[in-house]
Formats: sequence, C-alpha cells, structure tokens
Amino acid sequence: MPEAVNPIAAPLAAALTREIAGVTGIENLKRLSGGASQETWAFDARQGDKLIPLILRRAPGGDREKSATAAGLETEAALIKLAGEVNVPIPPVRLVLKEADGVGRGFIMDRVEGETIARKILRDDEFVKARPMLARQCGEILARLHSVDMAKLPPLRLSTAKSEIEQYFSTYKTHNHPHPVFDLAFRWLKDNAPADAAKITLVHGDFRHGNLMIGADGVRAVLDWELAHTGDPMEDLAWICVNSWRFGNIDNPVGGFGQREDMFAGYEAAGGGKVDPERVKFWEVLGTLKWGVMCTTMVMAFQAGDRSVERATIGRRSSETEVDLLRLLAPLKKV
Amino acid sequence: MQEQPSAYELVDIVAEFIRVHAMPQLSGHAAFHALVAANALDMVKRELKILPKATSEEMERLRALLGHDGTLEDLNRELCAKIESGELTLETKGLADHLWAITMTKLSINQPKYSGYVRALEEGYGQ
Repeated sequence: MPEAVNPIAAPLAAALTREIAGVTGIENLKRLSGGASQETWAFDARQGDKLIPLILRRAPGGDREKSATAAGLETEAALIKLAGEVNVPIPPVRLVLKEADGVGRGFIMDRVEGETIARKILRDDEFVKARPMLARQCGEILARLHSVDMAKLPPLRLSTAKSEIEQYFSTYKTHNHPHPVFDLAFRWLKDNAPADAAKITLVHGDFRHGNLMIGADGVRAVLDWELAHTGDPMEDLAWICVNSWRFGNIDNPVGGFGQREDMFAGYEAAGGGKVDPERVKFWEVLGTLKWGVMCTTMVMAFQAGDRSVERATIGRRSSETEVDLLRLLAPLKKV
Repeated sequence: MQEQPSAYELVDIVAEFIRVHAMPQLSGHAAFHALVAANALDMVKRELKILPKATSEEMERLRALLGHDGTLEDLNRELCAKIESGELTLETKGLADHLWAITMTKLSINQPKYSGYVRALEEGYGQ
C-alpha cells in the first residue's frame, strides 16, 4: 500500500514528531507478515539526514478492546521496559500510543537488526560463531528475565502447571477427536505434576525461535511478549527445548543449537538459582503436548470454514508431537 | 470395488499436473499454495498405500486390548477413556506397542522426514 493512502501514516508521523526531538516525518511504512493476533509494521522516522529504524506493534485494525488471553499491548510495552532494566536484551520502547494519537492500541519500539528465522540461524555461515554461545546466553537471559521485581509487574494472569494442563485438556476435549497418545500424556502430567514452584516469577511464555532476534554476536533482542504471565520459571527453560523448535537438529535440544547443560549453567551463573532437570522435563512434556493440541485447533479452524490448504495440512502436524511424547514417556528399548 | 485408474493413480496424476504443468505458470502466494497442495496429495498417496493394512492391524490390537469388538472410532474413544482414567497404563501388556504402532503409521503418512520419526526408526522401532 503506498504511504500516501495509508490512513495510519499521518497520525503515526504526528505522534513521532511530538515524541522524538528533531523528527519531521516517517518513511518506508510497510506491514510485516506473521502475527495473527497482532499487526507488526516496519518504518523509519526521518530525523534530519538520519533515519531511525522503528517497529509499530498494533492491535488488529487498531482495535482498542482488551483481549482475554493475550497480555495486551500496553502491558507488553511495560514488560519490555522492565526486562530492559534487568539487562534482558530488548528493543527499547519509544512510545506507547494513546487514544488521541488516532493509530489504535499499540506501541513503537526500535527495529533491531538481525535474524529470527530458525533455518537461517541454524544453517547459515553468518551465525557459525554465534551458535555455540546461544544455549548459555539463553540461560543467562532467562535468569535475568525471571529476576524482574514482581512488585513492579503490571497485572498478569498467573498460570501454574495445573491450570495449563486443565486449559489444554479442555481444548482437546472440545475438539472431540481421539488421540490416545494425548490422553497418555495428560495422564502422565497429572500423575507427575511437581510441587508448586518454590518461586513464582515473570515468565515470557513464548521464548523460542521466531521471537529471538539473533545476530553474528548472539541474541540481540527478546521479542513478542504477548504470552507473558507469571508462573514457574522452568516453563521458559523447557519450551525452547520442545523438539518442534529444534528444526531437525534433534541432538541439540536447546533450539536446535545447544545443550541443556550449557543453558542450565548460564542460568545458574547469572543468578537464576539451581535448575532441577526433572522439573524442566515435566514442562517439556507439557510444552510438546500444548503444541500438539494447538495443531488440532487448526483442524477445528479448517472445519469451521477457514478453507486454506495450508491450514488443512498443519492440522496433521499434531502427529509430530505424538512421536516426541512417546520418545519422552515410553522410550524404545535400546537395540 | 476395483476400478481403474485406481484412486492412487488418479491422485498421483493430479499431483504431477500441479507440479509439472500448473506451478510453472503461477507466482507468489498461488505458487506457494500449489506446492502445499501437491504435498498434501503426496500425503493422500501414502495414506492410500499404508492405511488399509495398518487399520486392520490397529483393529486387531484394539480388540485384544479392550476385549471386545466395535467400530474403529468407538474402540478408540474407549481406549482414550481407559488411558485417561488410569485403567490402562504403560505397564498394561500391549499398550505401549499399540501407541507406538499407531504413531509410527501416522508419521509414515503425514511427515516421514520428521526428526523424531527418523530417530525412532534409528533407535530400532519395528526391528
């Protein structure tokens, strides 16, 4: 869409001209792909002979209603600021939009250069030096993320292992198609649920490829705080180990690039406290099952009328999580 | 019923038509979705080859595990309910083998290149 006819271009330029000294307008506004629940736009702010690269995160269509599940854009912006204060790499937030700005609900942050696509990060030469450092870095970053002062947090939902299990079991039952391996996994989770977490912390909730901006020097920014909540910090250490996020590199459990031991060592060295690998395994089983159930919701969306070939075939990816669950819960006898 | 060309041959030629004739004339989004469509037809081809034998073996195991006959869907629902209640567990003779068998069948149809499936084969599944 040309800038001249984009209705958000003028109010966006006005808000930035007011907020950032020397800014006279915006250029190169374009919608980025991805993010069904939120819009992401890239653009540059003109400041003299310099361009400031920026990102707008906005509710779809600029809607100002609050969503029941997602943290909300104002909350997301507040969390990014708090995480930055404890040295989690984040894109600095420049401006939280107000209703009077006429752009809708959202915020503007710096556009950090780097790569989020897993296959490039795991295969391209550009990241050959970064890859061996990433697991430890992720541990260090998560330790800092989990150290955010609970008293400073905006209102967030508390999500314990028990409530996550109940939520996804209910989604599975709503779909009403039998997956015996899912029932086995739900049963195992109920029987093996650990005691309540010794400490409840901020949890990012979606710490994995796609939401980590990575450069030749390692992790540059933690993105997409939409699913942040409070809960067991081990959830974040486990989610990045789910096999679906290893993108084929099955022997590198941490994001397809590293070993759990390196991530745990980084976590403990950065003050995250002692890691209990059994507890992380519990959350990895739960994370794998969650992704499997999410795939079945694609089947529901397809059958409800979202008739794209892509949507239809993603539904069958639930079987990938079933083999991962069996390898975790009923490993084959060694031959 | 036996009819020719078979369902397999029909799906095969449609997939070939998409790849060889339709896709070269498409670009952007349409080309991407045509590739996804051809891959979906490959999945159907694998299902047509694998499923008949796999389903009769699945029925046989379900009858043995549950002790009675029924439709595939009813037996599966009963199996799920008994796993959920804890009546059947991984200690139950035949349950782990059954779960592995249905899962490996699904992957051999849906995504035979998936890392977890390839690894299970390397770990000796089926040997």
